[in-house]
Amino acid sequence: MLLIHCPYCDETLPELEFTHAGEAHIARPENHGGLSDSDWESYLFIRTNVKGPQYERWRHLHGCGRFFNAVRNTVTDRFLTTYKADEPRPELSTLTGDEK
Amino acid sequence: MSRFNALNLLKNALSGNKNWTEQWPDSQPKSEYDVIIVGAGGHGLGAAYYLATQHGITNIAVIDKGWLGGGNTGRNTTIIRSNYLYDESARLFDHALDLWQDLSQELNYNVMYSNRGVLMLAHTVHDVQSFKRHVHSNRLNGVDNQWLTKEECKEYCPPLSIDPNARYPVVGGALQKRAGTARHDAVAWGYARGAAARGVDIIQNCSVNAIRRNADGSVAGVETDKGYIRAKKVAVSAAGHTSVVMETAGVRMPLESYPLQALVSEPIKPIFPCVVMSNAVHAYISQSDKGELVIGSGTDQYTSYSQRGGLPLIEHTVAAITEIFPMFNRMRMLRKWGGIVDVTPDRSAIISKTPVEGLYVNCGWGTGGFKATPGAAHTFAHTIAKNEPHPINAPFTLDRFRTGRLIDEAAAAAVAH
Repeated sequence: MLLIHCPYCDETLPELEFTHAGEAHIARPENHGGLSDSDWESYLFIRTNVKGPQYERWRHLHGCGRFFNAVRNTVTDRFLTTYKADEPRPELSTLTGDEK
Repeated sequence: MSRFNALNLLKNALSGNKNWTEQWPDSQPKSEYDVIIVGAGGHGLGAAYYLATQHGITNIAVIDKGWLGGGNTGRNTTIIRSNYLYDESARLFDHALDLWQDLSQELNYNVMYSNRGVLMLAHTVHDVQSFKRHVHSNRLNGVDNQWLTKEECKEYCPPLSIDPNARYPVVGGALQKRAGTARHDAVAWGYARGAAARGVDIIQNCSVNAIRRNADGSVAGVETDKGYIRAKKVAVSAAGHTSVVMETAGVRMPLESYPLQALVSEPIKPIFPCVVMSNAVHAYISQSDKGELVIGSGTDQYTSYSQRGGLPLIEHTVAAITEIFPMFNRMRMLRKWGGIVDVTPDRSAIISKTPVEGLYVNCGWGTGGFKATPGAAHTFAHTIAKNEPHPINAPFTLDRFRTGRLIDEAAAAAVAH
């Protein structure tokens, strides 16, 4: 059972309260009309699928309901940090692996 | 390689079974190959086998970071079926099902294919409607599938309860009689033995760390734990690690890797004659020839390379099975495991050329790769040898995510993911 820290509720809770919501920091492109098929492919379908520390979104579905971001090591499933959706992406070198 | 036949069995039995020769040698890499296949699972070994037997290409290495058949080939629930909704998928999986029928004879190796039937239970009006649509669609495609009333379900699978007061009452089912199970390890072993006998090198415990390209962009070879190996063609068949391997060639993939868990019970006497799936409770069950109940469901919710997965999913799976088969609620579970499955956005596989000349990929099988093993291997070998797809795998291109010609099995694959 993963224990996940919700940055909004400021509580560490069982994974059953949360849903995984895919890779984080994928910005919807502006200027839709001018996008090529390849640009759409990159935005919609291509994923980094990192083996190691991954930036990803979670939603505290059975709690506050809000989306937030996390850095989780996909080899160990260990969370390095979680942070609010509007906060900048933390540098990997600053993360110690000790969750808040 | 000595052939398995009655005379050989008798001869070796009389000599105390001490004179069997090895099934395949533990090969060391040469400096160059015509084709290097990354990943020695059923798909990769099968591709090597068909390249050797049908396309006359034998200067092949199949390289794996672990032992052969130790990835998803050895980590699935061995279910084989082809009752997919869309034309493209039905053709691909039914091609595999055709090859399964006499694979043991083809390989001279018993893969224990058992067409005991896969029964999908309907519990609601919606289930009935969508399953009947599946049955009709399958029959139009020449794929065997039939509708059973609940009494016929009970007759086909006696352990099933059709009590109308059950939490999830059975109101009918779709049965594919030609579907069934096979011995998963034996599939990898059979292909490995057949390929090695024709000169294919199987190199185990040797990680492929990068794919190298020539100045003109085409494939040059692979960097491995045992040094650099040149290759005219490189074919990636690396399941959950496909995007990691392809990234080294500069190709980004439309894949995400999830753990898919399964578990087996303690072995018991034969009680369960077929495979039963229920999408409503989201689980499937069969009994292995060793007597274990083999149980599985969908992937974990988060991407991971941990080959482990979370316990909540196991709890969900077991709860689902005991809802449908309360008789199993005292069974003790022996082992559980996870495999890393690579999932595409449309939940259909990719067997395809790539933007890199000489680089091919077979991936994206998600939760359903084992059943496709012979068909995927056969069409992948054709794609590699001819540098163009077989008509059966032609729709399963990598560039469909750019063109938009998706094969959207996500909601149609006859099973929840």
